[in-house]
Amino acid sequence: MVPAMGRTLFQKVWDAHTVRILPTGQTQLFIGLHLVHEVTSPQAFDELRARGWRVRFPHRTFATVDHIVPTRETARPFADELAETMMAALERNARDFGIPLWHLGHANQGIVHVIGPELGLTQPGMTIACGDSHTSTHGAFGAVAFGIGTSQVRDVLASQCLALEPLKVRRIRVDGPLPPGVYAKDVILAIIRRLGVKGGVGYAYEYAGSTVEAMTMDERMTMCNMSIEGGARVGYVNPDETTFAYLKGRPFAPPAGAWDGAVSWWRGMASDPDAAYDDEVAIDATALEPVVTWGLNPGQSVGVGERIPAPEDLPEAERAAAAEAIAFMGFEARAPIAGTPIDVAFIGSCTNARLSDLREAARIVRGRRIAPRVKGLVVPGSQRVRAAAEAEGLHEIFMAAGFEWRGAGCSMCLGMNPDRLEGRQICASSSNRNFKGRQGSPTGRTLLMSPAMVAAAAVAGEVVDVRRFVSHPVEVR
Amino acid sequence: MSTTRAIRRIEGRGIPLRGDDVDTDRIVPARFLRSVRFEGLEAHVFEDDRASWPAGRGVHPFDDPAHRGASILLVNRNFGCGSSREHAPQALARWGIRAAVGASFSEIFFGNAVAIGLPCVTVSEEDARSLQDLVAASPGEVIVVDLDGPSVMAGGRLVPARMPAAARDAFLSGRWDATGLLLDDFEQVEAVAGRLPYVSGWRADRP
Repeated sequence: MVPAMGRTLFQKVWDAHTVRILPTGQTQLFIGLHLVHEVTSPQAFDELRARGWRVRFPHRTFATVDHIVPTRETARPFADELAETMMAALERNARDFGIPLWHLGHANQGIVHVIGPELGLTQPGMTIACGDSHTSTHGAFGAVAFGIGTSQVRDVLASQCLALEPLKVRRIRVDGPLPPGVYAKDVILAIIRRLGVKGGVGYAYEYAGSTVEAMTMDERMTMCNMSIEGGARVGYVNPDETTFAYLKGRPFAPPAGAWDGAVSWWRGMASDPDAAYDDEVAIDATALEPVVTWGLNPGQSVGVGERIPAPEDLPEAERAAAAEAIAFMGFEARAPIAGTPIDVAFIGSCTNARLSDLREAARIVRGRRIAPRVKGLVVPGSQRVRAAAEAEGLHEIFMAAGFEWRGAGCSMCLGMNPDRLEGRQICASSSNRNFKGRQGSPTGRTLLMSPAMVAAAAVAGEVVDVRRFVSHPVEVR
Repeated sequence: MSTTRAIRRIEGRGIPLRGDDVDTDRIVPARFLRSVRFEGLEAHVFEDDRASWPAGRGVHPFDDPAHRGASILLVNRNFGCGSSREHAPQALARWGIRAAVGASFSEIFFGNAVAIGLPCVTVSEEDARSLQDLVAASPGEVIVVDLDGPSVMAGGRLVPARMPAAARDAFLSGRWDATGLLLDDFEQVEAVAGRLPYVSGWRADRP
């Protein structure tokens, strides 16, 4: 029977990967691509050994190292013994179970959510799982991609499946050209501010509308990456010509001789025009400005021209958290966010460490020096990004401005490697989380913003509107 | 075949952990994830929050002798948001938590908790707060989380609770450790894989 109404991409991908309904009522879902890294996998491999299981689809499983790797002193053994132990465990597990591993020093190494797409592993219509919540990034290609914990990593290794319940789908339509100096990062921060950090619980977010359609794959990845910060485990964009053009010729993309068939299958996975959604939200891109967080979750943000709110001005349910955040940050209620002095500027992470991010940041710092009190760090998302940036001379621009130019990894996003905030330092960061202690110092402070805004803050030594640095007209998108 | 045990009813004293959006970096800071084992994580549960607990507000619930030995965690909205680290529920379980009751849970946290046999049930925001108040005032109060209801019994009151049907069934039937189930019928898995062109191999385009 022909269904009366069209289906969303989420439903099509879910249906195509459903193995069966389990006796518990959960769906057994086949996982088409499993990405593995050093932090959330060792206990899973240990359980496989203990139970005598093998990895069932080793050719659909790929490993790299990103969270714990140093971005400066990369010689082995690592200075940090704990990191060395984790690295050695992943090497042994990959060898014992027959999984490809791109280790430190390999040209394909990098943050798992940067290398999957750039190698062409990430493709439309797939289910993708990884023991990391920012796996939602891969949804930019029209995949259903989500983070899992270690027991579920074990499940995928052992069976290539997960026991899950389907999500509802909320379409978020963003329309209109982005104003100059406003980036994908600002769009997603504005969405999280509007819908809240728990607004997406139970939903997959489908990003649509003319703004999203005009975005590059890098920009779409930035948006999908932070879906989880809005509570949505999955975020995706329907695949289109931009997606296909990005994938063509990548190492793991379908070969030229099979390309047309692949594109046709991918097109068929996109949401139907008459698909029904559980909820719809509209955002006017033309009204957006650069966004900065002032608090302890990614929904606590304002436009750079706005003031930090006073708890009593917020809805009752948000007041206690706002008061705690303002006290922790050492801010004053109703003070402008612009002018907040910074100590560290971090350009990196799976949200914003792709070539286009580095280009935008370099455009701001070119010919300028970062403020003497600011420590600046640029950490490419992958070895490939690093090589491409160096081929364009971006590293020279950053280093001439006073930034450190590092190797690929998660770096200062999460405090699991030598790159950490110290004491009460305050960091302008292109990463995704401003949680208390997130950047490695329990008392350190994080202000999330776009890479261009971080670059501008580094130069000014304080939070500043990047549009002041963009003197020439920005191309109309 | 699954070998895990059925979980129907959890009984114990409660520990109130107030606040919305308590993220997994707070439950267990990232620096303690630099290990290939989960053992010992219980020592670091809420470590930074506990160390920075403001003077004049008593002690952090996890440092409060009155809550020592508690096994039912009482939280508010969106507990466990953020990172997918299973280390968060692992740290709580190893500390002694055997069930959580809250107004809502982040999905990844919830899934991780199910996978290690730690049921999370949701109650109304008001009930979540009143359970915390009850336990703060009377730490010795016994709380019963009954997945059959599902319900929470405390202070002579029966509080209605919710839990997704499939997760609830998984606990009641002892099938919350999914790997066995997922391996039960592997021919079906291979059939699905065979129908997916990106797994089975893209066919050559017609010339």
